Amino acid sequence: MSRRLLPSGDAALLVECDSLEEVLALHDALAADPPRGVVELVPAARTILVSIDPARIPLESAATWVRRVPAEAGSRVAGAAAEGVVIPVAYDGEDLAATATLLAVSTEALIARHSSVEWRVAFIGFAPGFGYLVSDDWPFEVPRLDAPRTRVPAGAVALAGAFGGVYPRQSPGGWRLIGRTDVALWDPDSAEPALLAPGRRVRFEAIGAG
Amino acid sequence: MTRLHVEQPGAAALVEDLGRPGLAHLGVATSGALDRGALALANRLVGNPDGAAGLELVLGGFRARFEGEAWFAVTGAWGPVSLDGHPVPPYASARARDGAVLEIGTAVRGIRYVLAVRGGIAATAVLGSRSRDTLAGLGPEPVVAGQDLAIGAEPAASVPVVDQDVAFPPPAGAVTLALLAGPRADWFTDAAGAALFESPWRLSEQADRIGARLVGPVLERRRTGELASEATVPGSMQVAGDGQPTILLADRPVTGGYPVIAIVAPGSLDAVAQLRPGQEVRFRHA
Repeated sequence: MSRRLLPSGDAALLVECDSLEEVLALHDALAADPPRGVVELVPAARTILVSIDPARIPLESAATWVRRVPAEAGSRVAGAAAEGVVIPVAYDGEDLAATATLLAVSTEALIARHSSVEWRVAFIGFAPGFGYLVSDDWPFEVPRLDAPRTRVPAGAVALAGAFGGVYPRQSPGGWRLIGRTDVALWDPDSAEPALLAPGRRVRFEAIGAG
Repeated sequence: MTRLHVEQPGAAALVEDLGRPGLAHLGVATSGALDRGALALANRLVGNPDGAAGLELVLGGFRARFEGEAWFAVTGAWGPVSLDGHPVPPYASARARDGAVLEIGTAVRGIRYVLAVRGGIAATAVLGSRSRDTLAGLGPEPVVAGQDLAIGAEPAASVPVVDQDVAFPPPAGAVTLALLAGPRADWFTDAAGAALFESPWRLSEQADRIGARLVGPVLERRRTGELASEATVPGSMQVAGDGQPTILLADRPVTGGYPVIAIVAPGSLDAVAQLRPGQEVRFRHA
């Protein structure tokens, strides 16, 4: 596994990996037992930002820690985020039929695949609580809409690129909508405001379209 | 309970404290006062803890009436401040009687005033902070004309006695900011790296709490192609496709897809908050 350490100011390091799979493994390994003074890990598609408190740990010590953490430590991690969550979905999204056509499968097959694979939150982007979901068993690459919608409702279940996602709040958006859920994804008053926090395992469950 | 009745918010009046650190992995930026030093100073002048919520006022044009007696202080930008028509010295604490009208005129130096009231603005906290995040839409809504802001309970500390002569206004001329190395400096040509430090830059009109876009020579890229979005920090200087840099600030998106050439040192960020459109900016190595 390659890890390139890039500078990101005097209170953070940007660690670059070759693939999202490596980011996921390294994130698990780093999150398992961070030293005192490491305040936050922010994963993205190819990188993890390691934020520190320079008063509690020198940047050089954090760099040494990042270089030495064994990646396989990740397989032993079990935190709150590693607990799975099941999201019931009414598969009646506006783009469902068109997306199935784009992927050359039936809508039934698309729904069956989406609701049978195990997803995992790789990172959060775009908006608070908007988790980018990946799955080893998800074969599809879905192009974004040419023109983003100005208004996507909260709970819209969507696809873009190799990712799945659920809109946590009403917002503009260019992902293709395949369904919707009533599950609350974002609650700023909760101790865990984002349901889809990085590392979380996710399954979707088809419910009758209403 | 003491309240501040806002008659005129001016260009923008936002409740801000020191923000929400440590939530970037959930997609939440730090937010908080753009000029953090000004907020801490205003709070100290009235005996508040550094992180009490105050008002961030862009450019001025603010008028409010105190309902109940209160100590207050105005820091950050420099301009005419008066209480019932009598001038109030900058960066100093003053006491308002019940019914007194505070007026904050157009800033002549800097652009963001901070108003602290003893007891702090008692808005509802979201994710542990009373800061308005203008991009994510978190925290107290922007203050509007006619709104009553509740003031919190008296803090334990007394109002300190300070020497008023120690106050300095934000600079009117060129401002020099310290830069740290950025993660994608190697995506740019050597000439771009040199131009960053040798050329004069100007703050564009596109400057807000999310980012401050600068105008200057085009920073040419050595490496083209797409960058997968990656986490940024406050002060990250990203360069868009047109070669112009933007300094990402408190309400920035927590990840960005433009390469970050350099990072404005934390000690220089408060100065960015006080830049006026058109003002000259220069960079030096931190």
